[in-house]
Amino acid sequence: MALPPLPRAVLALLLLLAALPAAAADIRLGWLAGAGDEGLDGLKQALADNNASGRFIGQSYSLEQAVIPAGGDVPTAVKTLADKGVRFVVADLPAAALLRAADSAAAAGMLLINAGSADDSLREGECRRNLLHTRPSRAMLADALAQVLVRKRWTSWLMLVGPEAEDRLYAAAIRRAAAKFGAKIVAETPWTYTRDAQRTAEGEAVALTQRERYDVVVVADEAGAFGDTVMFNTWDPRPVAGTQGLTASAWSPVFDQWGATQMQNRFRARAGRAPTERDFAAWAAGRAVAEAAMRAKSDDPARIKAMLADPDFTMAVFKGRAASFRPWDGQLRQPILVGWARAVVTTAPQDGFMHPLTDLDTLGTDRGEKKCAARQ
Amino acid sequence: MRRAAMIAGVAAVLAAGPAQAQTAYVSNEKDDSISVIDVAALAVTRTVKVGKRPRGIMLSPDFKQLYVCASDSDTIQVLDAETLAVLHDLPSGEDPEQFTLHPDGKRLYVANENNNVVTVIDTVTRRVLGQVDVGIEPEGMAVSPDGKVAVNTSETTNMVHWFDAETLRPLDNTLVGSRPRFAVFDKTGATLWVTSEIGGAVHVIDAASHKERQTIAFAIPGVSKDKIQPVGLRLSRDGARAFVALGPANHVAVIDTASLKVIKYLLVGRRVWHLALTPDGTRLLATNGVSGDVSVIDTQTLDVLKSIPVGRYPWGVAIKP
Repeated sequence: MALPPLPRAVLALLLLLAALPAAAADIRLGWLAGAGDEGLDGLKQALADNNASGRFIGQSYSLEQAVIPAGGDVPTAVKTLADKGVRFVVADLPAAALLRAADSAAAAGMLLINAGSADDSLREGECRRNLLHTRPSRAMLADALAQVLVRKRWTSWLMLVGPEAEDRLYAAAIRRAAAKFGAKIVAETPWTYTRDAQRTAEGEAVALTQRERYDVVVVADEAGAFGDTVMFNTWDPRPVAGTQGLTASAWSPVFDQWGATQMQNRFRARAGRAPTERDFAAWAAGRAVAEAAMRAKSDDPARIKAMLADPDFTMAVFKGRAASFRPWDGQLRQPILVGWARAVVTTAPQDGFMHPLTDLDTLGTDRGEKKCAARQ
Repeated sequence: MRRAAMIAGVAAVLAAGPAQAQTAYVSNEKDDSISVIDVAALAVTRTVKVGKRPRGIMLSPDFKQLYVCASDSDTIQVLDAETLAVLHDLPSGEDPEQFTLHPDGKRLYVANENNNVVTVIDTVTRRVLGQVDVGIEPEGMAVSPDGKVAVNTSETTNMVHWFDAETLRPLDNTLVGSRPRFAVFDKTGATLWVTSEIGGAVHVIDAASHKERQTIAFAIPGVSKDKIQPVGLRLSRDGARAFVALGPANHVAVIDTASLKVIKYLLVGRRVWHLALTPDGTRLLATNGVSGDVSVIDTQTLDVLKSIPVGRYPWGVAIKP
């Protein structure tokens, strides 16, 4: 059945409406990740913050999600975001999947912000021009922890390394940090026990920690298989640091300085739980786009990208220092919290670690190392 | 002759000091208390307990009442400035942090940090007159000297929100540097001075056009740029100088308001937060949060005279004759 033709006046009105610009410029932020709320809740908080601020200058922000199941097709997910007009994508993916996303055809006009992977390779040999990072790299985290331990003169470390690939990457970052700040790794011992660590650590942790003299046991256990059980199970009375015990991170649920209380309260009210490091990284990514759009006074993706790349662009991240993106690897330079589950003990950079430009660049890969060819 | 000169010298020194007893009240954020300082004696005379997390603090125009934002008690306490007895509470809205009194001495404009509004309270009837939606984490508050315009700064939205002080209708928004902390009009009402903590700057804004006239940046040898974080600001009585507390840079900057140039940096305590001038204008008091003391500055010689230990995390200070 054919519909009657629209009266001319109505048609003209519809055409006129279509030609009018939207009342508020809408900036779409994409979320590219596996299933789950961690990280996503941080980005949703950023959206809420962005809209609460953007309404004063006619900017609005919306969220488009592309959830990739395990082993799912990454380029197709990127394309669905691109087709929805998304030019800024916050990603929480493993390094290999993130690179497939950044290299996909649909990502050509996009900027991806890595809020999930700490892999140093993404900031070094495998860096990309269309990739920024708000999650600190393993090098930054290891450098932060090393500064704290070295400043306390706990410079002799025994390292226990777990069996996973990530554990080896973390151990490599610790080795690098030890060399950079003058600590000594007296021995490296692989953790090879496969039984439930909680039931057996009394024997195993003691056995692995009684041969050498050391100030600290550094555990490399990103999956959390054994690190927690090493604490109070060492042969000598020594602290545990690394992936468990005293840890370095971008954020902590118990952090309350520099206005962090307000951020923690807003997040808790919205998500019903405390924000994690990944939530913080996704929040910072979403906020960075809006901060750049507000500073550029524009919703034009090219101008927003130019503002994010401006060496003078800074943003507040509730950590007492302005955060900004390093042009040489796209990493967000930011203070790192060092503490344990119940307390933030201190922050890095620590006093006394000098740098010719900013001591924030004592954490992670510095400009002079020239490790990211794509950004030279 | 010589003795006469000496006496004249002593007299000059005495005249430079505060003539009468002036009293300063310091809010100690982590002690839930107010320290009372005798400004002539440069000593704490009393410490009294108040509500939880006292931050914003100011006196009524007749100096008889002391208003204290007890942030975590979600109220503003009104104290007798002489006896320091709590007279009553005001319905401040949630998490009051900073506030300012209208020139009429009656209306209080309060920034509610946790829920993105400014609450206006009648201090006589103790009723809420209205609320204004502003950006995220409202902080600095100011009302123009003619009482017509009020402004609020929002720390995460990074704006100055201008609204009609009477009708509370929004007028305009001005984007400033990151984490704008404090706002104050000059005595003529021609300019608004705003500090941005993470932006590391002071913004001098034309009050008529709402456009920025000048950004003032800071540089202290040996202090990294991003540790210079302006928070509190006060203009001298004659308007010739602006004093800016630079937070973890541990200095107070002195600005010549004619040239808008920094003329001196004064070393004070750690994490210097807010400032107040004595009513006679001869002294500037600065709260140092981390070192837990108050620095006393001579506004003529620009010397730091003394630091007075107070409670934990001194936040704000108000002074009466």
